[in-house]
Amino acid sequence: MAVLTAPERRSPARPPVSGRRARGPRRTPPLVLAFVLVPLLAEALWVFWPALQGFYLALTKWDGVSPPQFVGLDNFREMAHDDVFRSAAGHTVLWLVLFGGLSAVLGLAAALLLQQERRGVGFYRAALFLPVVFSLVATALVWQAIYQPDGVLNRLLDTVGLGSLRHAWLADQDTALYAVIVPALWRQIGYVMVLYLAGLKGIDPVLYEAAKVDGASALQRFRHVTLPQLRGVNAVVLSVIVIDSLRSFDVVWSLTRGGPYHSSELLSTYMYSTAFQSLRLGYGSALAVVIFVLAFGVIASYLVRAFREAD
Amino acid sequence: MSADATANSAAVRRSRAATAGFHLGAGALSVLWLLPIALVLVTSLRSFDDIAAHGLGSRPHSFTLSNFGQAWTDGGQQQALINSLLVTVPCVLVTLALAAMAAFALSRYELPFRRSLLLLMLGGNLLPPQILLIPVSKLSEVMGVYDTLPALIGVQIGFGVGFYVFVLHGFMRSIPVEIQQAAVVDGAGPWQIFRRIILPLTRPALAALSALSFTWIFNDLLWAITVLRSDSKMPITAALIGLQGQYVSMWNVIAAGSVIAAAPTVAVFLRFQRHFVAGLNLGAVK
Repeated sequence: MAVLTAPERRSPARPPVSGRRARGPRRTPPLVLAFVLVPLLAEALWVFWPALQGFYLALTKWDGVSPPQFVGLDNFREMAHDDVFRSAAGHTVLWLVLFGGLSAVLGLAAALLLQQERRGVGFYRAALFLPVVFSLVATALVWQAIYQPDGVLNRLLDTVGLGSLRHAWLADQDTALYAVIVPALWRQIGYVMVLYLAGLKGIDPVLYEAAKVDGASALQRFRHVTLPQLRGVNAVVLSVIVIDSLRSFDVVWSLTRGGPYHSSELLSTYMYSTAFQSLRLGYGSALAVVIFVLAFGVIASYLVRAFREAD
Repeated sequence: MSADATANSAAVRRSRAATAGFHLGAGALSVLWLLPIALVLVTSLRSFDDIAAHGLGSRPHSFTLSNFGQAWTDGGQQQALINSLLVTVPCVLVTLALAAMAAFALSRYELPFRRSLLLLMLGGNLLPPQILLIPVSKLSEVMGVYDTLPALIGVQIGFGVGFYVFVLHGFMRSIPVEIQQAAVVDGAGPWQIFRRIILPLTRPALAALSALSFTWIFNDLLWAITVLRSDSKMPITAALIGLQGQYVSMWNVIAAGSVIAAAPTVAVFLRFQRHFVAGLNLGAVK
């Protein structure tokens, strides 16, 4: 909770004393140094060093067997003419807007509905939250069954007289991407709801009382009290959404592998199949760099906020 | 008097209507959310002949538990679940132990560059995993651990630790300095301060992060298929995809497999629900 709500409010008024405050002995005991270095080395081995290699490999052509061949920016030039890349990038943006936008809006709506402390609200919250603990693979398989030609969705359409809409949802190029977004949303909304519930809880009820006394309608209270007070949470939700969207892989991979005919391909799935199935490791690395660049803005702004907060 | 009474009963009626409206709306939403779960449970209890004859979307005409047996033994779910636990449990323990140590040092001692180190570690965790996949798979080959569970454990620890350091640092920073100073006066060294004072006070955060990291690591697919190849080594998520290929359109078995794969995290969630939600809010980065 502290991490969630603190950054906006606490950071500017940090007393200057804290930097000089004697937290322990002046000379750092060797054990304390080891406490930092061991985890740092673990991360350096599995993250920092591979990341540097990843950036270098993006400038090479490599089949994984013979040594990588330096080709400069050729991989990025190739992307300009790669139709699959362009559609994957488009789908990633669409995914960001639809998956991200809808999960934020619906998560906030669910939080507004379920913030009231009424009897039974715990059950409703748990119901919405339950899918969050499922793996995306299990989620995908549940929905794959729903989408089957003889599955529940088509049966339901028949029953309500919309039989003409019957569909092989995942096999049709026009619907595959949207059919994959729905399960991802089903799982994400509960998560965003929990973040907003904590944010709403942190709003001082006095603000609402004051607004009520001033004659503000429910809508005005939402617009002028709730939304501004949620600024800190919104920033967190935005980071979560962008990072999660760009990472989305499991659900697409389990449902469609990016198909049919790349119609549900995201940059993440295209990167994986390019690298590990077509064994074009250099080009795959370059695709990964593109994903990194897209995520960079959000990562950097998050780190800046974290930096300010970390006294 | 009577005007007062009517106003009062109108208010009561309005609040009753609001309550009914709330339960109607929230109830409908919950049913909608739980429907897919109910569906997979029902499917996992139907026989193949029933599904073949009446269609996947029909109401069930049969009841059997044999699908679970089939997924468990023939589908390799048993081995996969063991693999998942062999990876997840050590990962959670080691990651949190390492993270607590680093967070302790960074939050309680005047180390040089401590803020930059903290941010560096967090930054590593925020990287899109895609940039790491190829090098990590090659690195595990070079180190001779490719296609072994230690490779998966290693990369999960290395990739996860930075995030937990950041969260625990935020938590430990709020522990008053005076407690530590008193211990220093009594002649306690860093290890004793860590073990006897800071760690017990950090218990709530550690509990929350354990529940959270258990599900994250247990549910991972991408790292597993990056450093593992043999079916016999795969964790439950990857095995579930294998099941999907092995039992094409045998939805009863696939559904049973999904139930098996989801059961451990659901159990953790139901048992530690409060920790879980607290953890998500502590770690609002993911």
